[in-house]
Amino acid sequence: MTPTAVAESTKGTEQTALITGSEAIAVACKLADVDVITGYPIRPYDTVIQYIAQLIADGEMDCEYIVAEGEHSQFEIVKHASTVGARVFCGSSGVGWMYAFECLTVTPALRVPMVVMVGNRALDDPGAFGVEHNDALAVRDLGWQLVWVDSAQEALDTALIAYRVAEDRRIFLPCAISCDGAFLTHSQAHVKIPPQDQVNQFLPRYDRGDLLLHPDNPISVAPQANEDWLMEIRRQTAAAMDRSMGVIREAYKDYEKIIGRSYGNPFFEEYMTDDADIVLVGMGTLSTPVKVAIRKMRQEGKKVGLVRVRWFRPFAAEELAKSLSRFKGIGVIDRDFSLGSPYASGVLTTEVRTALYPAAKHPPIIGFICGLGGREVTVPDVEKMSDITFAAAAGKAQPATQWIGVRE
Amino acid sequence: MATIDYPLPKLEPFKGQKKIPLEEFFTSGHRTCQGCESALVMKMMAKAAGPRTIVLGSTGCMYVANTTYYSTSWVIPWMHTQLGSSGSAALGTAAGLKALMRKGKMKKEPINVIAFCGDGGGADMGLSAISATLTHPDYNLLILMYDNESYANTDIQLSGSTPYGANTTFSPPGKVKRILHHRWKKNMAGMLAAGHPECKYIATVDMSYGLQAMNCVRKALSIGGPTFIHSLDPCPKGWDYDPMISHDLGELAVTTGVWPLYEIENGLLKLYGKTKEIAEGRYKRLPVRDYLLRQGRFAHFKDEDFDYFQSKIDQMWEKWLYPGIIPFRAELDKE
Repeated sequence: MTPTAVAESTKGTEQTALITGSEAIAVACKLADVDVITGYPIRPYDTVIQYIAQLIADGEMDCEYIVAEGEHSQFEIVKHASTVGARVFCGSSGVGWMYAFECLTVTPALRVPMVVMVGNRALDDPGAFGVEHNDALAVRDLGWQLVWVDSAQEALDTALIAYRVAEDRRIFLPCAISCDGAFLTHSQAHVKIPPQDQVNQFLPRYDRGDLLLHPDNPISVAPQANEDWLMEIRRQTAAAMDRSMGVIREAYKDYEKIIGRSYGNPFFEEYMTDDADIVLVGMGTLSTPVKVAIRKMRQEGKKVGLVRVRWFRPFAAEELAKSLSRFKGIGVIDRDFSLGSPYASGVLTTEVRTALYPAAKHPPIIGFICGLGGREVTVPDVEKMSDITFAAAAGKAQPATQWIGVRE
Repeated sequence: MATIDYPLPKLEPFKGQKKIPLEEFFTSGHRTCQGCESALVMKMMAKAAGPRTIVLGSTGCMYVANTTYYSTSWVIPWMHTQLGSSGSAALGTAAGLKALMRKGKMKKEPINVIAFCGDGGGADMGLSAISATLTHPDYNLLILMYDNESYANTDIQLSGSTPYGANTTFSPPGKVKRILHHRWKKNMAGMLAAGHPECKYIATVDMSYGLQAMNCVRKALSIGGPTFIHSLDPCPKGWDYDPMISHDLGELAVTTGVWPLYEIENGLLKLYGKTKEIAEGRYKRLPVRDYLLRQGRFAHFKDEDFDYFQSKIDQMWEKWLYPGIIPFRAELDKE
């Protein structure tokens, strides 16, 4: 459907449109009445800006639209627009995201809410357009709320939820929505688009309150604090992140109440885990081949489940530990790498291991590095990872981290 | 066609020193050095702009020294921005205000947006963002570069705006190499003027001529669109001189012809002050030696270095298409 046709469908009751993950987020921006949007080209995230540009050209969206001269400016422009009370959107991919890194560090520290889309892409070099999660994960320590989605529908819903959470006065932290390059950014699916009046009911106006930068509120923002005050200010940012989990839960509940779509536990999705012996854990669109493989393996009597992590920051450690400790083995699939890390695991594996440490019961955890640079995670790959995890569960020693689907 | 769909401020020029209001918007609380001309730029800039102004300050002396937590010197709203972000900060702030005013989410009124940067933040790291911002005719804003000719906040390191031969902590004179820094200072205002034909106002200022400088700020804020001002600021710490001669050095920069004063307003170039007198032959340029000798950063200069510096300034006045602005001439204009 053309952007305009989709936009028009938001005017009445709920409509369905055939759109990609990127386009779903663009529709969410329209529904959220975003005030300032900046773009800079890099694949695969750029499709969201192309769609937004068409919406603006067709008069379906009213916002300041700025094509920046680099990602650093792209992120700085929206950061500053947000400080005067504007709702903002931008995004990037791969090394583009890294080019903005300085801005990515200051945005949460300034308590500036911002919703961005990361079209996950392998970092250069060598060049690759395909998905890898290292780009978004690079900011994991800085105060960004990070969420991975696996369908266009989830992308749209999560974008609206992200605005609600990020702009909540208790939070005021940015939120990045990760969409796997190609598999989600460029793949069309039927998406239910909520009507505008329901969105308005769900999503209040962004109110910067006493932090508004305006002549009526002459504050000085981000002065030199040094060792005298820096630690207290950091602590406040940490406290905001601590509150984020509760606010996310509230937002999903209200989303279900007003829009009528539920995601169950907001933090992770469980698939066929009720009677599972082992589970695979992962993020993003690898859920598709994993679910297909699970259905196949179950026909063969192998009780495998999937736990798909949505929110990586805040990380639902306690809940996840409670869920995961009930299985006999855990295989974590990382679409990323963390060179020199404990056990040479990927980032997600290390987080899951950490989360499980205080748990009473510790199933063996095997880390898998798979599907880098957009390489497909195949059904046989998933079967192989499951078999290794079954072997670990049966007490057979396994290497802690294994690269799957790689030429050795 | 560019559209500025929100009201512009009406800022008439101050008609003389006595007409300048007493009210300050950059006041006590800062800890800049004695004789700091850049602090004077901040003070005059804020006074010229008035209370309905938002100031964005990129990293540098005028950030670090002016806004110690709990003792900000800014009476008007102020926010830090990253070293290379003055252009983006001004653009983002102006875009936010514009969107909110158009969409009825904020009261429509003229609000000045000024982003300042030092020469490191502007002429080096932030050049790309400043250039991009000057191509956006839809937003009313001013970028002011206070040029103290080095990274003065971080220990006086050379920047793309440091004059030839100056002793900085990254270009000390040594036993084998007397001159470690032999790049010529970037021609920032001229470059921006030549490269951004839609930009309605670009000026150079010098706070030794404060009234004119303030009126440049007022014009830049009220002309409509993105504008740029380049201020040359003597710096006692970086230039190594007695703080009491800051004002004198500011004047000497102009009277020796090193720092030409001009405005480019709606495509019309106007030299002003002593620069105009020099250009019209009513005032004879003083030797650059008079200016350089009073600064410790040139203490290692020998006659040949002074001669080279003088020859470059002479070349600027005699060979450039426009002195201080366009550093070449056309084949058609052969003498």
